[in-house]
Amino acid sequence: MARTVWDSTVGKKTVMAVSGLIMLLYLVAHVIGNLKIYFGAGEFNHYAHWLRTVGEPFMHYEWTLWLIRVVLVVAVVAHAVSAYQLSRRDIKARPQKYVHGRPRASYATRTMRWGGIILGLFIVWHLLDLTTGTVHSGGFQEGHPYQNVVDTFSTWYGNVIYIVAMLALGLHIRHGFWSAAQTLGVGSRTRDRALKTIANVLALLLTAGFIAVPVGVMTGVVS
Amino acid sequence: MKLTLRVWRQKNADAEGAMSTYEVDGISPDMSFLEMLDTLNEELILKGEDPVAFDHDCREGICGACSLVIDGDAHGPERTTTCQLHMRSFRDGDTIDIEPWRASAFPVIKDLVVDRSAFDRIIQAGGYITAPTGSAPEAHATPVPKADADSAFEHAECIGCGACVAACPNGAAMLFTSAKINHLNVLPQGAPERESRVLNMVAQMDEEGFGGCTLTGECATACPKGIPLVSITSMNKEWLRATRKSARS
Ligand code: HEM
Ligand code: SF4
Ligand code: FES
Repeated sequence: MARTVWDSTVGKKTVMAVSGLIMLLYLVAHVIGNLKIYFGAGEFNHYAHWLRTVGEPFMHYEWTLWLIRVVLVVAVVAHAVSAYQLSRRDIKARPQKYVHGRPRASYATRTMRWGGIILGLFIVWHLLDLTTGTVHSGGFQEGHPYQNVVDTFSTWYGNVIYIVAMLALGLHIRHGFWSAAQTLGVGSRTRDRALKTIANVLALLLTAGFIAVPVGVMTGVVS
Repeated sequence: MKLTLRVWRQKNADAEGAMSTYEVDGISPDMSFLEMLDTLNEELILKGEDPVAFDHDCREGICGACSLVIDGDAHGPERTTTCQLHMRSFRDGDTIDIEPWRASAFPVIKDLVVDRSAFDRIIQAGGYITAPTGSAPEAHATPVPKADADSAFEHAECIGCGACVAACPNGAAMLFTSAKINHLNVLPQGAPERESRVLNMVAQMDEEGFGGCTLTGECATACPKGIPLVSITSMNKEWLRATRKSARS
């Protein structure tokens, strides 16, 4: 069955939908966590520490976190590989453009590929910045995420990279969530309005929620 | 009406093609688009030039033979087939671009004529039922719920023209394939092959080199028969169901 799914355009698209929804679920939890930055260093750092102790005593220190990380890496890789293979195929299936061209489809639909690439690059940068500290501006302190976040958003490029990526994320989810419903066969005529509304609301809340953090630092509310 | 036509000319499948410009005059707004092309061809023949090759048959919107991308739209600006498009949809003095369906699974044979036999092979992979045909069956023998009958009929309207493929930025044949699958899969007559039909037809669709669906919706906008985009959602559902079922058996 795995072969049938992976070898079919419809099946590979299912892989994209499922991995996309896993990432989406994670992002909902992530944005809620991030907003705790508005309640001060104590609460934010405490939350970050709790992430490492979730599931204890059943799980060992950091086990749950690592489990989530593994699932996410698998999801990102599966999503990106399917996206690449399907896009290659799509381009090959329509090699010649019409002389009389016109923009096709909505903006969110047309930017899925470029938006996806921006998100992929952002994920790498984001991990190097705030998880490993490799590209962090100022001294990266393990276990002090509040200060690290403030440092990142005290640089102009930190803000630009982050905000551009979050706008791309909003567009990606706007088309992606509704698409995933069609791919998984749960869309229908009667549900279409509801699905589009949920997609828009999710896109808006996630984008606004994530952008609220750099805005907080820029305006000095978070420092 | 006086018009400037820019038409894709290509001698054969292997030749390089290019757009050629022609002027036509004395076009009546009541002519169909194909009659306008007939007028052009008559002039070309009189001048000893090669007439423009294009597909057509019924000229009443039911056979699916006519094609043509007109000013970037499959079947032109109205939601109908090219044979049912009339020149009143254009204005005197207009320049009209006429191109063939573009998709690597639909190679150009000559000028505006493309090879759509990939669609025939998708049909051969499962677009049929195994019930015996012959004399008409008793209408009450197999009851079909009204909603299912309506859905089957809506999908049966697909004439296999390929406008969906031509309009799709990925050259995908999802709308056509979904119309053919849904037409038979909702009916009791289609039930014995319900799973093999969707699995085989989708596999053949991929085999032919059509692209995948990115849900741009261009196909449903171009379709002269109004096959809806949600038809693809239903096909995905059928495919997932059949894949799960065949994994279990
Ligand atoms: C590695 C970075 C990413 C790349 C390269 C990428 C690329 C793509 C591409 C090319 C598509 C297909 C668009 C289409 O078929 O029209 C897509 C769909 C999708 N993406 Fe992403 N994306 C990435 C990250 C994300 C993230 C972080 C999320 C989480 C919210 C996400 C959620 C989705 C969803 C739900 C879909 C719809 C799947 C479907 O159409 O069935 N993607 N992505
Ligand atoms: S789905 Fe519509 S556009 Fe596609 S082949 Fe059938 S009738 Fe033509
Ligand atoms: S010629 Fe038959 S549908 Fe146009």
